[in-house]
Amino acid sequence: MKKSVILVGVGGQGAILTAKILVNGLISKGYDVKMSEVHGMSQRGGSVSTQVHFGDKIYAPVIGKGGADILVAFEKMEAVRYADFLKPDGIAVINDFAMPSSTTSAGLCEYPEGCVEAMQAAFKCHVLDAADIALSLGNARCMNVVLFGAMTAVLGMDDIDWESVIRETVPAKSVELNLRAYRAGRDAVS
Amino acid sequence: MRYLLSGNEAIARGAYEAGVKVCSAYPGTPSTEIFEELPKYKDALYCEWAPNEKVATEFAYGAAIAGVRSMTAMKHVGLNVAADPMFTASYNGVLGGFVIVTSDDPSMHSSQNEQDNRQYAKFAKIALIEPSDSQECKDFMRDAFEISERFDMPVLFRSTTRISHSKSLVEFGERTEIPPKPYEKNVFKNDCAPGFAYKKRAKVEKMLTELEEYGCTSRLNKVEYGDGEVGVITCSIAYQYAKEVFPEGTSFLKLGLTNPLPMKLIKEFASKVKKLYVVEELEGFMEQQIKAAGIDCVGKELVSNMYELNPQRLRQMIYGIEPEVKELPVKAVSRPPTLCPGCPHRGFYYAIAKHKDVIVTGDIGCYTLGDNPPLSAVHTCICMGAGFSAGAGMARAFEETGNPKKFFGVVGDSTFFHSGMTGAVEIIYNKANMIPVVMDNHITGMTGHQDNPGSGFTLQGDVANAVKIEDVLSAFGYKKILIVDPWDLKATDDAINEAIASDVPAAIISRRPCLMIKRMKHETGLCRVDPDKCIGCRMCLKVGCPAISIIDGKSVIDPTQCKGCTICAQVCPKGAISREEV
Repeated sequence: MKKSVILVGVGGQGAILTAKILVNGLISKGYDVKMSEVHGMSQRGGSVSTQVHFGDKIYAPVIGKGGADILVAFEKMEAVRYADFLKPDGIAVINDFAMPSSTTSAGLCEYPEGCVEAMQAAFKCHVLDAADIALSLGNARCMNVVLFGAMTAVLGMDDIDWESVIRETVPAKSVELNLRAYRAGRDAVS
Repeated sequence: MRYLLSGNEAIARGAYEAGVKVCSAYPGTPSTEIFEELPKYKDALYCEWAPNEKVATEFAYGAAIAGVRSMTAMKHVGLNVAADPMFTASYNGVLGGFVIVTSDDPSMHSSQNEQDNRQYAKFAKIALIEPSDSQECKDFMRDAFEISERFDMPVLFRSTTRISHSKSLVEFGERTEIPPKPYEKNVFKNDCAPGFAYKKRAKVEKMLTELEEYGCTSRLNKVEYGDGEVGVITCSIAYQYAKEVFPEGTSFLKLGLTNPLPMKLIKEFASKVKKLYVVEELEGFMEQQIKAAGIDCVGKELVSNMYELNPQRLRQMIYGIEPEVKELPVKAVSRPPTLCPGCPHRGFYYAIAKHKDVIVTGDIGCYTLGDNPPLSAVHTCICMGAGFSAGAGMARAFEETGNPKKFFGVVGDSTFFHSGMTGAVEIIYNKANMIPVVMDNHITGMTGHQDNPGSGFTLQGDVANAVKIEDVLSAFGYKKILIVDPWDLKATDDAINEAIASDVPAAIISRRPCLMIKRMKHETGLCRVDPDKCIGCRMCLKVGCPAISIIDGKSVIDPTQCKGCTICAQVCPKGAISREEV
């Protein structure tokens, strides 16, 4: 067995923490895990991706086009950008949330219309407004864990106790908020 | 217990376990986290950020001459800066083990070129070790130090972005304390004077011959025999990809010690398979040598020497299998990295870009992002320090051809100490028509906020005497040093005009700390747009701030991103933007 998850978004949205919770859960179950991150230049408001691969034995820390079982998009245009990484029968979890890029803000090009609809037409998708859910929980910054919750509902690794993994991974003072975010994300897609 | 470690964390752990004592480096993606990890072990070792890679390499090599195990680390282009001491260390050899880590960046995620630094090992005639995952990053470090001491040479330890920044599970070992080897004055060994170098030249060849013999039985080079049909010689991350792409039954010769190549082992492996592939990322470094040895193999005919490999690309190259993907009718537009909201570089670039008659030559750092629209302030970016010196050369060329132009050379504070200082001397001594500008944000920003000689702290967290940029420029002879706050556009513009008009050598320091420096208290606030006053003229978009967008014809500032720098407020013709304290 081998599964690949790709998490995409904009630098600073917290995809790496999300991947870390995922990976800690998988390691606790004894899976071989490899994870690939992006550092450096692309962090500054650019498009970023993090990949997690797990199974009995994992060799490559990255996949190429058509290799991911699950795509988690923290921003909807980024879902479109990385859509070709998804297997044709792969599943997308999409945050219905738009962040303008420097090129759209500067008026050099238009932010594309219909990102979510195009993804829905091509793939099995779970769409949620994680930004709104996070705000309703009182903190916009837990958006990433809302998306994490939604992803676990799709991942089907229900023998992992994700709540205790979250407790062990996030800073102590934000455990309660993140647990609520996780549950809200799970509920939003189940 | 196994830990999930990035390659960089594992390299640091490996050096610690191998008993490394003195470490010096300059930050550069993708190598930076190796040294960010080392202060964890500061009870057992010394680690520092040096002003540049050459200084770091010389410093660490000095420690090896003195008899302890030492390490330096840098990104691939950093080794261009450090090449000089490396080539001579090859002749002089070591007392304590000396490891140079190079982190290459295939696909240029954060770099200006795609050089394959394996060539340096062959060029400098030293050992080359290439791990393929985090466990090997840690384990091979011990071998690297042992080889360095046994074969009296520096060892080049090469990772790539994908090795450095991928995480995989690592089993830890214990640290071995290595007692210092007794140092004795030995001029023949430690002096590269021509007469000595002439004699040591033969030793270098002898050591390489012995090392090749060693490589044929070393645990770093591993054979996995299959059914004898297809064999793959591979190394580094390409091994992991090849394992996924080639079918069961394939034989692998996975090389961890790749210079010198263990040719006897390779010949033996080649004789046991019917078809031989050489799979390596970037250049055909192994393949060319294997072919030159008369061994028939397939490599770069199929596997491109450009860009990162991955399993899908490799599968396509070897077997012609296209990936199955779904095309969408919608296309994403480009989302390049940008200067952060509140970034001090923004104000200077906005002000200088208004001067259409001057040419700005840039450099490597966060401020490279001022090249992009809408700021579009910068003409060139080459390498660390060239913002001053290449610009000075351009200015001279225009002058010599009767078409003089005013130049502004731009470097950051860390880049100034790295290799901007010599350029600042060039400008003043040879009278370049250029104003040197130091964008001083008190930190090495792009690589993730490392201290530098201007920041006042060392890697181990000790307070140091910060070197003042204005004192350095003043000592060089700059008579007018204008220090401005780039959050104040008018003051910045005044300084630019004053520097242009100056009849004595002038320099500008655009100074404000990066808002991401955690130990500092920053004067942040929040800017808001009064929608009644906003006329939707889009002037505020021209500062290139990611917090600003236009919604329904009016400017809107995202309160979660805004830092209250007021650059947008200063360019608004209607006074529609104001700052609130938070």
